[in-house]
Amino acid sequence: MENNKKLVINPAWCKGCGICAEFCPKKVLQVIHEKVQAVNEEACIKCGLCELRCPDYAIYIEKEGE
Amino acid sequence: MPSALIEKSFRTKRLPHIWCPGCGHGILMRDVAQAIENCGLDPDKVVIVSGIGCSSRAAGYMNYNTLHTTHGRAIAFATGVKLANPDLHVIVITGDGDCTAIGGNHLIHACRRNIDLTVVVFNNNIYGMTGGQYSPTTPHGEKGTTAPYGNIDYNFDIPKLAEAAGATYTARGTAYHAPQMIKLIEAGIKNKGFSLIEGLSVCPTYYGRKNKKGSAIKMYNWQKDNCVDVKKAEKMTAEELEGKIIIGEMSHSEKPEYTDMYKEIIKKCGGDK
Repeated sequence: MENNKKLVINPAWCKGCGICAEFCPKKVLQVIHEKVQAVNEEACIKCGLCELRCPDYAIYIEKEGE
Repeated sequence: MPSALIEKSFRTKRLPHIWCPGCGHGILMRDVAQAIENCGLDPDKVVIVSGIGCSSRAAGYMNYNTLHTTHGRAIAFATGVKLANPDLHVIVITGDGDCTAIGGNHLIHACRRNIDLTVVVFNNNIYGMTGGQYSPTTPHGEKGTTAPYGNIDYNFDIPKLAEAAGATYTARGTAYHAPQMIKLIEAGIKNKGFSLIEGLSVCPTYYGRKNKKGSAIKMYNWQKDNCVDVKKAEKMTAEELEGKIIIGEMSHSEKPEYTDMYKEIIKKCGGDK
């Protein structure tokens, strides 16, 4: 687990399509009331696949110092 | 706060964009921005040119020099920009209808000239913005609002069309295969000549709904399961490739570039003195 990285969600931009949740390899994410939430954040390996496939830039991995 | 890439590459005050939930265009637009970043281009030297359609909204969101032009004419405007200032990196973002129907002639003639443009086609297989009319890339037999009983036209293979017309770099990626798409766009930017990268998008609202493809998620899973990398496809039989879509770099060749040749002509005629 990389400690200098953080999973960030911007609910204001999320349209609830659920692509990030579908393709998350660790099943960290879930769409609840049309917005994505990290329901299992401890399992997140910060791979960034959600960021690559979010059409709305509403989820990303923040690296320390950025 | 958006991510560093989005903050740098986009006009964040204009986000979230107007594309529908699940639309692949947002993913492809991010891929373009990531490729520009990976190539280390000076943002002041980058020009994004687009036409009309869902795809072409991208020029409004991207934080570079941008030019949003008339329907089908993005490549024509881009040709002008590049000829007037060959030092600029000119990237065209266009759609399947904009590029291959309304702008079909501009496309083939720009390919023929091998002018140093990078054209990224966001192909959603339909005219999304105007309500789901079938386009030149709507697959044979599929439906649109103007083909309620199924489309009897055969669809274009855009990279093949561009290659045959003279483009020196052609490729196909998808919204699902984002890491590969970024690399393909990077290679297109680096190619000194005409580059065309088709990005298969997902349109759940019109193409998906008209053809009962299910949710956006189902459509991305379809891309995941039915796209085969060109290297893997070489080892497969025609039977195994039935119904599959081949992705990756389709062609790459070298040929003198148009603005270079134009400069030579000017020099030959004494125009540089």
